[in-house]
Amino acid sequence: MARAFTPKVVTGNALLEGDVVYYTAQGTWTRNLAEAQVLSDQAAADLRLTEAASDQSLIVGAYLADMAPSDTGPEPTHFREEFRRTGPSNYFHGKQAEA
Amino acid sequence: MYSYNEFDTAFLAERNAQFRSQVERRIDGSLTEDEFRPLRLMNGLYLQLHAYMLRVAIPYGTLRSDQMRMLATIAEKWDKGYGHFTTRQNIQYNWPKLPDVPDILDALGSVQLHAIQTSGNTIRNVTADHFAGAAADEVADPRPIAELLRQWSTDHPEFQFLPRKFKFAVTGADADRAVIRAHDIGIQLVEKDGQRGVRVFVGGGLGRTPVIGKVIRDFLPEEDLLPYSEAIVATYNVLGRRDNKYKARIKITVNENGLETFKELTEKRFAELKPLFGGVDQKMLAEIRTMFAPPAFRNAPTHAYDAAREADPVFRAWADTNLAEHRQEGYAIVSISLKKHGETPGDATADQMRAMADLAETYAHDELRISHEQNVILPHVHKSDLPALHAALKDQGLATANIGLVSDIIACPGMDYCALATARSIPVAQEIANRFDELKLEHEIGPLKIKISGCINACGHHHVGHIGILGLDRAGVENYQITLGGDGTEDAAIGQRTGPGFAYDEITGAIETIIKTYLALRDSEDETYLAAYKRLGVAPFKAALYPEKANAA
Ligand code: HEM
Ligand code: SF4
Repeated sequence: MARAFTPKVVTGNALLEGDVVYYTAQGTWTRNLAEAQVLSDQAAADLRLTEAASDQSLIVGAYLADMAPSDTGPEPTHFREEFRRTGPSNYFHGKQAEA
Repeated sequence: MYSYNEFDTAFLAERNAQFRSQVERRIDGSLTEDEFRPLRLMNGLYLQLHAYMLRVAIPYGTLRSDQMRMLATIAEKWDKGYGHFTTRQNIQYNWPKLPDVPDILDALGSVQLHAIQTSGNTIRNVTADHFAGAAADEVADPRPIAELLRQWSTDHPEFQFLPRKFKFAVTGADADRAVIRAHDIGIQLVEKDGQRGVRVFVGGGLGRTPVIGKVIRDFLPEEDLLPYSEAIVATYNVLGRRDNKYKARIKITVNENGLETFKELTEKRFAELKPLFGGVDQKMLAEIRTMFAPPAFRNAPTHAYDAAREADPVFRAWADTNLAEHRQEGYAIVSISLKKHGETPGDATADQMRAMADLAETYAHDELRISHEQNVILPHVHKSDLPALHAALKDQGLATANIGLVSDIIACPGMDYCALATARSIPVAQEIANRFDELKLEHEIGPLKIKISGCINACGHHHVGHIGILGLDRAGVENYQITLGGDGTEDAAIGQRTGPGFAYDEITGAIETIIKTYLALRDSEDETYLAAYKRLGVAPFKAALYPEKANAA
């Protein structure tokens, strides 16, 4: 039996800075997870990933990451994506310092 | 210290120019990421969790003051003001931006440093005993041999595409401070009947399948070292598996084929290669040796040191833990701890790097070393200068008296930076260090090595930690497995797993349980944790860690 689809966003790293970036509904890249497009079925997710991954001049290594939708936008369901959204936990660095 | 000749300088300049053009072509779109990735990795540039990471080689851990100052400048100008010193005697910068990397490489080149072969399936930075050239127990300084190996392996056409990464470590003493038995090839300088030679270990390694290296030659005349090393690597290059990257290391090759077969093939290839070397390497070695001549030691009284020990208990505590015995009368080897309680193990700020460079210039003949334990060493300090040095280190937050103690923890970057991680390492190290600082037990516990890795790759050497911690991902939650009784010295051993792992908020408590069990069961204050573990075995520690099970049984 196929596993039930869980909501996802497309994410990757910016080519120049290496920052974590997310793909929006408009087909642009944002550094703010709240602005990312949540994909709620497999076909849409695969299609958006293919589109996003072709943006080679802007980003590196696009992939789909699991998220739980909420009123304030997608929330990571795995600690790895939580660290990617926030920044390292040993210094006030990364996204937490930029916000 | 080794100094570049014209060839080295020109080679590096050309290589950097090549990479500059590759970066430009990636940015303007003429290279795809698939085309660019191997090129950036060949120059030590990774893409990690939040940013690029640049890994710079510190050959056999040796640095001059001007080189350390340049590492500081890079941290300040192109990164976030600090760098991370690693178990492979590299420095990693966690936040460089792609367009800046060519400038960073040029800056490194200006002080004879680079990032070549710090990644990829090739011979990596050759590491060595961090007390090289200074230790009282040394047969000979291992660095000339390490430098010879570096020159031979750098850009060696046959060894750019090995089945997998390949690591050499060299020591000049019986006491193994370079973990040579956990390297693909470990080399120990020895003397037999007045002849200089080497003992060669092969097939050690950590990672997914930890293996202690085996002796392939108990004594090899020193002049045969390069052809013999070339024979080993060539044999591995042919036999090593390329079908499965987890089975591609030489430790697997040696185990699958048997040491005897591997040795036979190596010896056969060695017989072919030896005549081809024709003595050029020995001429090179002789030249290299002149560059590692010991500094001009001075003969001076040491009562300033004795007086400070007498008068200042803080100085005495530091001297007791952070000094090691020097071969030269009146001198000491100083370890500067990069493990201040609660800080990130192995990190140094630009200011601290610059301060250490200045102190090396003033008090230590311009020399610094980076240890695989993620600390910085001043190898030659006259004892009369130690009180002044200690005071200066205190000003920089660099006088933590904990070398070899419970808070002198090795920790890999883990999930805070590393794209391969399955859990965090750094905050676990921070919390353990803080806990034992609060308990004020550190000095009472005595020598104890805790090592932490954020995944099975074992960059934090957890397998050879007296207490090893391995961070794993269990259903999306951080979980930590403990191993006990590992040892990275000449008595090398792989630690034994205690049982199920612990949650992030339980791991510090679990470590405390292990250590309190040791304190309760040791024979006397002189019985170290490791000795007690060897006597007692894992059982009492397991019983303390998993009381429910012990009760049920
Ligand atoms: C953050 C980027 C890093 C990446 C991507 C990385 C990757 C790896 C991988 C894949 C292995 C396993 C190789 C194998 O067994 O085939 C490994 C092993 C190792 N790495 Fe790292 N590593 C990183 C950082 C570090 C750091 C920071 C250190 C030192 C603190 C380090 C030192 C080592 C050591 C000592 C080993 C095990 C020795 C062996 O090869 O058997 N690495 N690393
Ligand atoms: S052990 Fe794993 S998590 Fe730690 S640095 Fe190595 S690859 Fe990264």
